[in-house]
Amino acid sequence: MSCPLPSDGRDRITLAHGSGGRLTRRLVEEIFAPAFDNALLAPLCDAAVWTEHAGRLAFTTDAYVVSPLVFPGGDIGHLAVCGTVNDLAMMGARPKHLSAAFVLEEGLPLAVLKDLVRSMAACAREAGVAIVTGDTKVVERGKGDGLYVTTAGVGVCATATPLGPSMIADGDVVIVNGDLGRHGMAIMAHRAGLEFDEPLLSDVACLHEPVLALIEAGIPLHCLRDLTRGGLATAIVELAQASARGVVVDGGAIVVSRPVAAACDLLGLDPLYVANEGRFVACVPASAADAALAVLHAHPLAREARVVGRVGGVTPGWAVLETPYGTRQKLDLLSGDQLPRIC
Amino acid sequence: MSNAPYRDPGIVRALAQAIAARMTRPWSVMEICGGQTHAILKYGLDQLLPKELTLIHGPGCPVCVTPAEAIDFAVALAARPDVVLCTYADMLRVPGTSQALLDARAAGGDVRMVYSPLEAVTIAREHPAREIVLFAIGFETTAPGNAQAILSAASAGLANFAAIVAQVTVPAALDALLDDPRQRIDGLLAAGHVCTVTGYDEYHALAARHATPIVVTGFEPVDLLRGLQRCVELLEAGRAEVANCYERYVSEHGNAAARALLSRVFAPADMGWRGLGTIPASGYRIREEFAAFDAWRKFVPGSSLPRSDAGECLAGEVLRGLKKPNECPAFGTRCTPAQPLGAPMVSGEGACAAYFRYRPPAAA
Repeated sequence: MSCPLPSDGRDRITLAHGSGGRLTRRLVEEIFAPAFDNALLAPLCDAAVWTEHAGRLAFTTDAYVVSPLVFPGGDIGHLAVCGTVNDLAMMGARPKHLSAAFVLEEGLPLAVLKDLVRSMAACAREAGVAIVTGDTKVVERGKGDGLYVTTAGVGVCATATPLGPSMIADGDVVIVNGDLGRHGMAIMAHRAGLEFDEPLLSDVACLHEPVLALIEAGIPLHCLRDLTRGGLATAIVELAQASARGVVVDGGAIVVSRPVAAACDLLGLDPLYVANEGRFVACVPASAADAALAVLHAHPLAREARVVGRVGGVTPGWAVLETPYGTRQKLDLLSGDQLPRIC
Repeated sequence: MSNAPYRDPGIVRALAQAIAARMTRPWSVMEICGGQTHAILKYGLDQLLPKELTLIHGPGCPVCVTPAEAIDFAVALAARPDVVLCTYADMLRVPGTSQALLDARAAGGDVRMVYSPLEAVTIAREHPAREIVLFAIGFETTAPGNAQAILSAASAGLANFAAIVAQVTVPAALDALLDDPRQRIDGLLAAGHVCTVTGYDEYHALAARHATPIVVTGFEPVDLLRGLQRCVELLEAGRAEVANCYERYVSEHGNAAARALLSRVFAPADMGWRGLGTIPASGYRIREEFAAFDAWRKFVPGSSLPRSDAGECLAGEVLRGLKKPNECPAFGTRCTPAQPLGAPMVSGEGACAAYFRYRPPAAA
């Protein structure tokens, strides 16, 4: 005869889970440690300790506050691993270890937490990174959106010279690894209750593999940037300003899927400014463009990679879009969130 | 970026060439709607047109013309702990005399963004202990939805729902605009979305009275250029007529159900336009039958519709089409979307914001 677990209200996060006492320990031992399971985490000490002999290290951190916690194509756990892995990858680093700090809201169902932690663990395993240290706090009901998570990450730089905007040169091309706007529109359409014939899924993914493939193939990368908040346009404007170079984006080369285009049209948003979580741009010399595309096309996350822009040809520090009409449009940083238009 | 026929590059180029070929003298055409202004600047359509065709940007930016007094009232109500203030998203950032609704939210006010005014009615039903206030602004495009919200609240007997109505209407404003002796408008592009609701039967008298052709059109590149082409044809032929180039949505008499709804809930009223002043019969007030749902009367007994507050920055001249945004000495320097001096620099349909956001360096 089976003995089902009691469901007496204790299957939710309570303030006691954050007290540092018995329940905190059970949370760690029953949920986090078994899911993340690795030798550096196992001692459950104050910090993970390891020896590093590799040259330059990259270190980054990011906080994740997405609502809803589970969205079409991903969830906050998945996002918290991919986002930090991608920040490391954009510096040309091979991601190695992550930390994870959770802020849990009183009342969060334990089942939801378990699912998100499992998702995080699976994503980390697939990415070849270990979650080696962490922390948990609980806030009162109404003071958090269920769960916030902050991850930090350490990676080992795989390029001989550092990457960055200062390396960008006139004559570089700008390559993007796929279509735009999936993550932002998946979340916004979900919140607005919009449904489409083709499902609108987030593009959330770890990008270090295609990046490392470029490095291993000897592509002379100048700069990488992941296209998160603010989308391609914001990334390009930031790169133009930071490098003091002009960048011309070829509007005809930009790919937007049908459901993303439809959702953007409905809500009055520009897909160039919509968030992605599995897209990046690579600035490489034009002479290396074909070789870079060949490497990218062999990778499932970059099969649709294409050149979408070039450096030079416009006032330094400016970014412009060449429309399919042969006209030019200034690209700019948004002055706030993109908000749906009135009519 | 899109395969839609209304964005087809081949058709757009052919239309631009046809317009240039038809012109025998310079013309100035005003697009009334801010959505059209943004599309023109975003796609760079002005760069395709002959220099002799001047585009003048009109007052059709609903949040730009919403009087500061109405925003101040919304901000004040949002500060009350019992109030949930529901608004369209692009009203959030527009400042009143000093504060915007986003500031009210940051200060603890319960300000919620709604996609449909009916969401505010749902919130009222779900929160009987709170006062739900809908910020009902805009042109004839938003008015039927706002009217429906008031009607729904009335039929559900919701005592905790009210609307700050600051609705404006196009024809009376156009009449006032064309009466301005300083204006140099030869032809007009009328806003397709407004005409989807209202039709364009009222425009015949306007076109005749001001000897100005009016062409109804949409917001996509092909729509805009077809509208301009028709307008240039009418100007060249000396015909002050009304034409419809937004056939896929607009009919002569508009949407009968929406018009009936509007006259059921609203009555015409003098209205203050931010930057333009008070224009007779250019807005709506809530009819007596629904007075209980009028936030002005509910929260400030004895008050009525907002009046004008002309005189800030150059907004009035920009909204009248007398000045281009970049002719303002503050444009792009002392006035930017991050530090706006006036509403047209903030709004998603404001002409100043369109110039700031989209104009490339060579043209800036």
